[in-house]
Amino acid sequence: MAEVSRFSVSWAVLMKDLRIERRSRVMINQIIPFSALVMVLFAFALDATNILTRVAPGLIWLAVLFSMIVIVQRGFAVESSDGALEALQAAGVDPSAVFWGKWAALVVQLTVIEVLLVGAAVLLYGVEIRAIGLVLLVTTAISATCGLAAVGTIYGGLAAGVSGRETLLPLLVLPVASPVLIGATRAVEAALGTGGTTISEGWPWLGLLSVFAVTFGVAGSFAFGPLIEE
Amino acid sequence: MNSSPTSATESVIDIQGLVVVLGGYPALAGADLCVARGEIVLLSGPNGAGKTTLLRACAGMVRPVRGSGQVLGFDLIAEREAIRSGVGMVGHRNGLYTDLTVEENLRFWGAMSGADSDEVAAAASAMEVDGRLASVPVGRLSAGQRRRTALAVLVVRRASLWLLDEPHTGLDAAGRDQLDDLLRRATLSGATVLFSSHEADRAARLATRSVRVEAGRVEVGDG
Repeated sequence: MAEVSRFSVSWAVLMKDLRIERRSRVMINQIIPFSALVMVLFAFALDATNILTRVAPGLIWLAVLFSMIVIVQRGFAVESSDGALEALQAAGVDPSAVFWGKWAALVVQLTVIEVLLVGAAVLLYGVEIRAIGLVLLVTTAISATCGLAAVGTIYGGLAAGVSGRETLLPLLVLPVASPVLIGATRAVEAALGTGGTTISEGWPWLGLLSVFAVTFGVAGSFAFGPLIEE
Repeated sequence: MNSSPTSATESVIDIQGLVVVLGGYPALAGADLCVARGEIVLLSGPNGAGKTTLLRACAGMVRPVRGSGQVLGFDLIAEREAIRSGVGMVGHRNGLYTDLTVEENLRFWGAMSGADSDEVAAAASAMEVDGRLASVPVGRLSAGQRRRTALAVLVVRRASLWLLDEPHTGLDAAGRDQLDDLLRRATLSGATVLFSSHEADRAARLATRSVRVEAGRVEVGDG
């Protein structure tokens, strides 16, 4: 087999995942409606505008987390339904390149979900986005998304070959992703000024999110191969 | 058919005393096998004899606990990654993305192995999944068309050793004839084929040599 760069493999995996998504329309027909439903149900459950505005950052990230689990399950079901993930292993494809390709595809899909959920929070919960907090909001979203995507890809690969993966994946992902949920919620609260918080209170949380993203990105790059190995 | 490769030919598989333990059970219990370039070798034997494990061991997909050997000139224990890049394995599943078309699948695997679009087109043509079939999602293909697409992937990847586990399963009579013809043509292009099958008569006609796997060991050929 000719030498193929790691970037080329990652790019091919990314484009393949996005093409499958475009073809199957699972994101549009199932995951986005699911995310919207979560936001609407929260609105019904906490039927008071002032409470919704206060808890909106946490609700957004909870909805992102739930949506991510569905996306990851779908993303690895595609790999395992006809043995494609095993075929990639059997072909000697660099597993870290596969990891980064699937990570990137998850980042793209999570970003779409997050934009829609923030829009839903503005419409449903009356959240106001301040210009002064925009940089913190965007950098928090980037860091949290990178970290969540790394965790999702690692544990999606781990659960891919296991029976009962549909129930196993949330059990594996939710505890590990809880620092992202906490950090991203606090940072977004600071960006939005929720409960009188200031922008400066958000930066340490952004630092935590960045460390988390780098740690799990590096770990996934090295561990993905052994994890998906028999 | 001969029972062993001639010494004048190059060995693609040369393993001795291979022991593989799966779930505490010795799936291979000291298997020896030698396959020369260009051969089509049939692994016959009852269910649970170790045929699939032997194929997976030759593909570098399972780690032997004992024994030694070389596949494609690489050490079976220490150079499994190098073996994988030269081996193409199609098991009970085809390793395809059912939402993608035949062409998209082949292009993806071409990107994994550095094949250009001409090579992808040539592989599709060789396995007769070009033309109208190329734009059909794999999920809508018949079992035979999927199996041919999976074999086209091996061509795209320029695999020099084809390891096929029950390749005739799910194919109708015409599809089986076509598959046999494709495998013969592949060996004429320099590939080597090791395959398992329960269809004794058909497989014996296809194979240039046959070996029997029994209780995790390879016995002397019956052809």
